[in-house]
Amino acid sequence: MANRSYALDPAIDINQPQSVAEPSWYRTPIPRPELKALVQRDDATAGRDYALWAVLLMASGAIAVATWGSWWAVPAFLVYGVIYSSCDSRWHELSHGTPFKTRWLNEALYHVTSFMSVREGHRWRWSHARHHTHTIHVGRDPEIHGPRPTNIWGLLSGLLYLRGGLRELRSIWVHATGRILPDAALYVPKSEWPKMVLTCRIYLVLFAGLAAWCLAVGSLLPAMLIGLPRFYGGFLHYIQAMTQHLGLAEDVDDYRLSTRTVLMHRVGRFLYSNMNYHIEHHMYPMVPFYRLPALHARIAHDCPPPYPGLAAAYAEIIPTVWRQRVDAEHYAKRPLVTA
Amino acid sequence: MSGWIAVAAADDLEAEDVLGVSVGGRDYALYRAPDGTLSASQGFCSHEAALLADGFVVGTAIECPRHQGRFDIRTGAALNAPACVALRMYPAKEEAGQIWLNLGDTP
Ligand code: FES
Repeated sequence: MANRSYALDPAIDINQPQSVAEPSWYRTPIPRPELKALVQRDDATAGRDYALWAVLLMASGAIAVATWGSWWAVPAFLVYGVIYSSCDSRWHELSHGTPFKTRWLNEALYHVTSFMSVREGHRWRWSHARHHTHTIHVGRDPEIHGPRPTNIWGLLSGLLYLRGGLRELRSIWVHATGRILPDAALYVPKSEWPKMVLTCRIYLVLFAGLAAWCLAVGSLLPAMLIGLPRFYGGFLHYIQAMTQHLGLAEDVDDYRLSTRTVLMHRVGRFLYSNMNYHIEHHMYPMVPFYRLPALHARIAHDCPPPYPGLAAAYAEIIPTVWRQRVDAEHYAKRPLVTA
Repeated sequence: MSGWIAVAAADDLEAEDVLGVSVGGRDYALYRAPDGTLSASQGFCSHEAALLADGFVVGTAIECPRHQGRFDIRTGAALNAPACVALRMYPAKEEAGQIWLNLGDTP
């Protein structure tokens, strides 16, 4: 059988909204009053989480700077890079506008974490909306990270954000010139293109400023603190995030079959903004990250058993994607329980 | 369809909430602001047509359940992406324990 194309179907175009019909996703029913309690946003809870992250970022950054030039810099920057790369899960949560009750806080931090993540915020907001509409539907979802047959080197390069990062830098460059890449044109409405182009230009100015700073001080240190950590320190985030859908069913209208919930240690959950509760996030994306454990408890009876940890998830993922190199029809089947 | 039509019992819509109703096969969303003010709009989100009655009202904004786009329930104005196009609004009033909707000359 010929390999499927994962390119976006040009017939599904945001500028023709009727062409973007959502599949009828299965959602575990939750009575409205309960759901209303679960979607409540709370500035104090989100603020504590973000403040702790900022403190850890500054403390680990100060230690990393102090060790610069010695071998101690290697572990110090690894720790800093891992904490810095938590920006990628925060970018994601903020794109949903759910952590803070105060809207402008979500919006301002969204653009800060998007820049830290080397992801242009406007394009990603629209790409991610399409991912939620058509989760792992081939030719419709622009965020399928494990096309079949598996490209092992492509997957491994994600540990250093090489494939995604370079693609993102290219996209920023092209959009800054005023041209719109064909895939983005299918999910970003024309009315939003000027904002995307402007943000890309601002990113280029900020990148140039960072390069000038490095040249002025004759050191890579500024870039080691801003931007590069996403590449050298993003591996943990990548390992966590690749559990979301990799190796599971494509083209199904049931998140329980195409998405994983993996139980993780609280440190990992803090860095990952509880996105390990990924079935829950897809079923009810209005629920802020700090209420996902409660949502998990509420719907667990109707979901496949969660993986007890990263090791258990990868015990399934690795053999599955390895086999998918030669067998594009193969995938890991999740058991559905009937309550 | 024209004139005022009773579409729901007033008690069915709490403050700071939304209620979906169907009239002549079309969906509409009724809102009650925290101060009790009523308003009504088309039933589907202008982004990708999610049913707004499945969303939640926070203050004076309705948040769409699918991608969390938000609209001002008083004016229909789109407040944040991916909601970009304003909702069509309809006059609504409360009288004799009922919520009434005026669909004007809606075809
Ligand atoms: S369908 Fe309402 S914001 Fe996307």
